[in-house]
Amino acid sequence: MIDTVRTRFYRFLRRILTRPRIDLPLAFALCVLCGVGLVTLYSAGDSNVALVGGQAARFVLGGLLILLMSRIPPSTLRNWTPWLYAGSTVLLVIVAVLGEGRGAGRWLNLGIMRFQPSELMKLTMPMMVAWYLHPRQLPPRWKDIAVVGVLIAIPAGLIAKQPDLGTALLVSAAGAFALFLSGMAWWRIGLLLAAAGGMVPIAWHFMHQYQRDRILTMINPESDPLGNGWHIIQSQIAVGSGGVFGKGFEQGTQSRLDFLPEHTTDFIFAVFSEEFGLIGVCAILVLYAFIIGRCLWIAMEARDTYSRLLAGAIGMSFFVYVFVNGGMVSGLLPVVGVPMPMVSYGGTSAVTLLVGFGVLMSIHANRKVHD
Amino acid sequence: MAKLIHRRAFKDTRGEAEMFRRRAFAGFALILLGLGALVGRYVFLQVLHHDEFALRSINNSVKPRALPPARGLIYDRNGVLLADNVPAFRLEVVPEQIKNMNAMLVELGKVIPLDQDDLDAFHKELKQTRRFDSVPLKMRLTEDDIARFAVNRWRFPGVDVVPYLIRQYPFGPLFAHVIGYVSRIDADDLDRLDPDLYKGTTHIGRIGLERSYEDILHGKPGYELDEVSADGRIQRVLKIIPPVPGKNLYLSIDVRVQKAAQDAFEGRPGAAVAIDPRNGQVLAMVSVPTFDPNLFVNGISSADYKALNTDPNKPLLSRALRGAYPPGSTVKPFMALAGLEYGVRTPQDSVVSTGVFYIPGQSRGYRDDQRYGVGVVNLYRAIEDSVNTYFYKLALDLGIDRVSAFMGSYGFGKPSGVDVPGELSGVLPSREWKARHSPKAPAWYPGETVITGIGQGYWEVTPLQLAHALATFAGRGVPYAPRVVMSTADVGAAPAPLANPPAGPSLIKNMKDWQAVNDGMQLVIYGNDPFSTGAGVKLGDGFPYRIAGKSGTAERYSRTSDAYNENKSTAYLAARHRAWFEMFTPAEDPRIAVATMLEAGAWGAKDAGPIARKILDVWLTEQGGPVPADHPLPEPIPASSTAPPEDTPQTDQTDMPAPDSSSPEDSTP
Repeated sequence: MIDTVRTRFYRFLRRILTRPRIDLPLAFALCVLCGVGLVTLYSAGDSNVALVGGQAARFVLGGLLILLMSRIPPSTLRNWTPWLYAGSTVLLVIVAVLGEGRGAGRWLNLGIMRFQPSELMKLTMPMMVAWYLHPRQLPPRWKDIAVVGVLIAIPAGLIAKQPDLGTALLVSAAGAFALFLSGMAWWRIGLLLAAAGGMVPIAWHFMHQYQRDRILTMINPESDPLGNGWHIIQSQIAVGSGGVFGKGFEQGTQSRLDFLPEHTTDFIFAVFSEEFGLIGVCAILVLYAFIIGRCLWIAMEARDTYSRLLAGAIGMSFFVYVFVNGGMVSGLLPVVGVPMPMVSYGGTSAVTLLVGFGVLMSIHANRKVHD
Repeated sequence: MAKLIHRRAFKDTRGEAEMFRRRAFAGFALILLGLGALVGRYVFLQVLHHDEFALRSINNSVKPRALPPARGLIYDRNGVLLADNVPAFRLEVVPEQIKNMNAMLVELGKVIPLDQDDLDAFHKELKQTRRFDSVPLKMRLTEDDIARFAVNRWRFPGVDVVPYLIRQYPFGPLFAHVIGYVSRIDADDLDRLDPDLYKGTTHIGRIGLERSYEDILHGKPGYELDEVSADGRIQRVLKIIPPVPGKNLYLSIDVRVQKAAQDAFEGRPGAAVAIDPRNGQVLAMVSVPTFDPNLFVNGISSADYKALNTDPNKPLLSRALRGAYPPGSTVKPFMALAGLEYGVRTPQDSVVSTGVFYIPGQSRGYRDDQRYGVGVVNLYRAIEDSVNTYFYKLALDLGIDRVSAFMGSYGFGKPSGVDVPGELSGVLPSREWKARHSPKAPAWYPGETVITGIGQGYWEVTPLQLAHALATFAGRGVPYAPRVVMSTADVGAAPAPLANPPAGPSLIKNMKDWQAVNDGMQLVIYGNDPFSTGAGVKLGDGFPYRIAGKSGTAERYSRTSDAYNENKSTAYLAARHRAWFEMFTPAEDPRIAVATMLEAGAWGAKDAGPIARKILDVWLTEQGGPVPADHPLPEPIPASSTAPPEDTPQTDQTDMPAPDSSSPEDSTP
C-alpha cells in the first residue's frame, strides 16, 4: 500500500520534472528576474552568501511549486475557490483575534512554521472574484459589483486592521483588477473612483497615527530624520546619485556604509538604482512589463471566463508591486510594506508570487485549442 | 431585445472573450503609463538632479544617533525618592565589526570577567539584533573594569564602553510590589513598541507602576547629527535635538507608613492596603514577603531567580493584588448594611444564636463560633461578636441575588481599577458565577447562600478589594477607584494632581444605615462583651480617634472532625486559618481605611488586628499629630488611659441615632 503511494508519488514527480507544462517565455523571464534579484541581494547584503543562498533556496522551492501548480487544472481550482477563500478569511479572523501587538498580529504560528494568512489572500482574492463573475452575465452591473465589493472589503479590512496597509492594497487591487477585466463599464469605474476620492478624508480619520505620519513624512521627509524621513532621504540620495549608468556592482556607497536602512528588503531597489543607474532601472522595468504582458497574453488565450479573469488579475497585480515599491523608493509614494518582486529579500511574498505564476502556467497548459 | 437577453441571463461567451481582449489591452496601456511615470520619476532623480544627489552622497557623512530620554523619577507623597536613575557604564559590541566572536569573547573574558549569565543574555540578544546595531555585553562595569579595558581597547575593535543611566530603587524590596521594576527590552517588546519612540532605549517598565505608567515615565527620544568617518567613528557632533525626559510620578503612599506596615508583619506572609476614603488615594500597599527589584533591572541571574521562584513563601506574588482568599467575617458589616438598605432588617431586629443554625427543613447544621451560641443578638452585637447565625439567616432572607448584587456594587468580584497592573477579580458568589464555573452542577443551593453570608464558600477577595470596599463604605458610600499615583510632574515643574473623580454617586441610601453599621464596627474595637471578637485585644487603646473595625478568620478547610474544637494551639489554628482585619478611623469622619491579611494567622483580631493598628499609629504620626484644625475630635481618649473602655458605644451621641431600648447592652443575655 505504502509502496504504491510512493511509486505513484515518484511517477508524479518525474512527470512534472520531465514534461513540465509551462510557458517558456514567461519561465525564462522569471529566471532572468530571479537572477537579477540574487545579484542585487548579494551586493545589498554586503556579500553575504548565506543570505543569497537562503533566497535562492526559496526560488527553487517556488520553482517546484510552479511545476506542481501547473498540474492542477483551472477547473479544479475553480471548484476549490469558495473553500479556499472562506478558509483564508477564517485564518485572517483567527489572526485578528489571537494576534497581538504590532507586527505580531500578522502571523499565525503553526508550531513548525509561521505564516501570514494575508499572503494566501493575495491569490485567493482574484480567484474568488473570478469564481463569482464566471457564471454571471458580463459586463457586471451594480448588483454584481456590490457583491464583489463586499468580497474584497472583508479580507482587505481585516488585513488593513493588522495593520498591514501594503498587503491590504495588493489584495484589493487583485480583486479590483478582476472586476476591471470583466468589462465593468468605464462610466461605472469613473463613478466609483470619484466616490472613493470623496472617501479620502474619512479614511484619513480612521488611519493609525503612524500611517498618517508616513504620508506626512513623505511630503516633508526632513520632519522625521530618525524614522521614515531618514529612509526616504537616504533612498532618494541613493537613487539620484546612481545617475544614468550607475556606480557599478558593489560600488553603492549608500548601502555599503549603512546610510540606507532596510537595504535588503523594502529598499533594495534603491541599491539597484544606485549601482545600475537609469539604464538598469529601465531594463528591469522592461522585464517587468514583459512579464505582465505575457500574463495578459496567457489570459487572452485562456479557455473560460474564470481562467481569463484570474490570469489577468494576477498579471496586473504584479504591476502594483513594482509601481508601489518603485514609487516608494523614489519618494513618489508613501512608505508601505510592499516588496519589489523577486528582488527584495523575504520568503513568503516571493513564494506566493511564484505560486501565482504556477496558476498562470496551468491556465496556459489548458488554453483554448485554436481551430 | 437587450431586456430579453438579460432575463434569460444568456452568457455571450464569444463576446466576453472579445470584451476581455479589449480590457486587457486597455489595462496594459494603463500599466505602461504607470511604468512610464515611474521612469519619469527616476529620470527626474537620476538625470535632472543627479549632480545634487551625487554631491550629497559623497558628503553623506552625517548620521543621526538617537539620544534616549531619561526616565521619569518616582517619589513618595513627601518627595522621598523611590526610583532613581544613576549613571553607569556598560560594554557594547557591534557584531558586524567582530571577525571571530567566540575568540574575541574568550580574549575579552581575560580582561573583564564575564559570567555565564552575561554571555547567555548577550547571545540571546545577538540573535535578535541587526548586525550593525551594538549589543550590550556586560552591564554596570566597575571602575576597575573600565580602567583595564581602556588599556586593552586597541585589541578589541568593535567593543566599546558606553555610559548610560540605570534604574535604581533605593528602598529595594519595600516598593517592589507597587512600583515594580524595569528590565531589558526583549524581542516581544520590539514587536509591540513604536521603534521611533524607543530608539536607543534599553529598558522598559515590566511590572507595577513602571509598567502602567510607562507612557508617562518614558519620555521622547532626541537625536544628534554626527559627522562620521568612513569607518563609522564619530568625528564631530553637528546638531543636537535634546530628548524630552519622562514625567516624574508622586505616589500618595508615605514611605514611613509603608515601612511601618511592612515591619508590622515581621516577615509573616500577608498583605496590607490602606486607602484614604475621601479620594481613593492609596496610603500604603505592602505584600510580605517581598524581593529586591534591583535584581531584575539588568536581568536577574538564574540562581537568584530560582531562589525567588522556589521560595515556599512566594516573594514574587503580590498578595495585595493577586492574593485572593475567602474574606470570612470581614464581609459581615457589608452584609449588615445590605440587610438595612434592602429593608430586610432594622438595627434592632434580633436573632437567637444557639451554636448551630439549620435551614428550615434541612438537617445540616451551620456552626457559630461559640459552641453553644451567644443568645439573642441584634445588628450591633452581631457585628461585635461576629455572630454567624445572625448572618446565616440574614443571607437566607436577602437571597443570593440581592447579596451578590449588593456586594458587587462595593467592588467585590471585579477589579478595583487601581493603577497598579495585574490585580485579580476574586470571586463574588452568585448563581451566574456558579453556573459558569460549575457546568456539571450549575444549580444554586440555599446552603451556599448561608455560608456566603459569613464570607465562606466560593468567596475570594484580595486585600486590595477589601480595602477598596471598606474605603467606599467609610467614605459614606462614595466610590473612588484606588490610586497609587497622586500627581505627575514635568522636570522642573510643580506636581500636577491627577484627577480621580468618584466613579458614581454615594451607594448608601440612608445615612442612618451607615451609622448603625459604623457603630457596630466600633463595638468590635471597644466592646467589652465577653464574646466580643475584639475583647482582650484592645485595638483602640491609646489612639486619639475612634476606630471602627471588623476581624475575619476564614477557614481554609472544612471541619471534618472535632479536633478543631479541641486543639487550641496557635500553630494548629494558623495552619487552618487566614486572619483578616479591616479598620478605619476617625469613625465619624474617616480618613484612612486599612485592610490587613495574614496568610497563616490564627485569629483575625489577635493576629491581623495589631498590624492594622500599627499602620494607623504611624499614619497618625505622619499626619503631624492627633487633632488637625479642620477635624476637631468630639471625645478624644487620653493617650495615658490604660483601662479598657468602660462602656459601649463610646461615640459622640449627638452624631448617631439615639439607641433605643434594645441597645447592644440590653440585648446581652
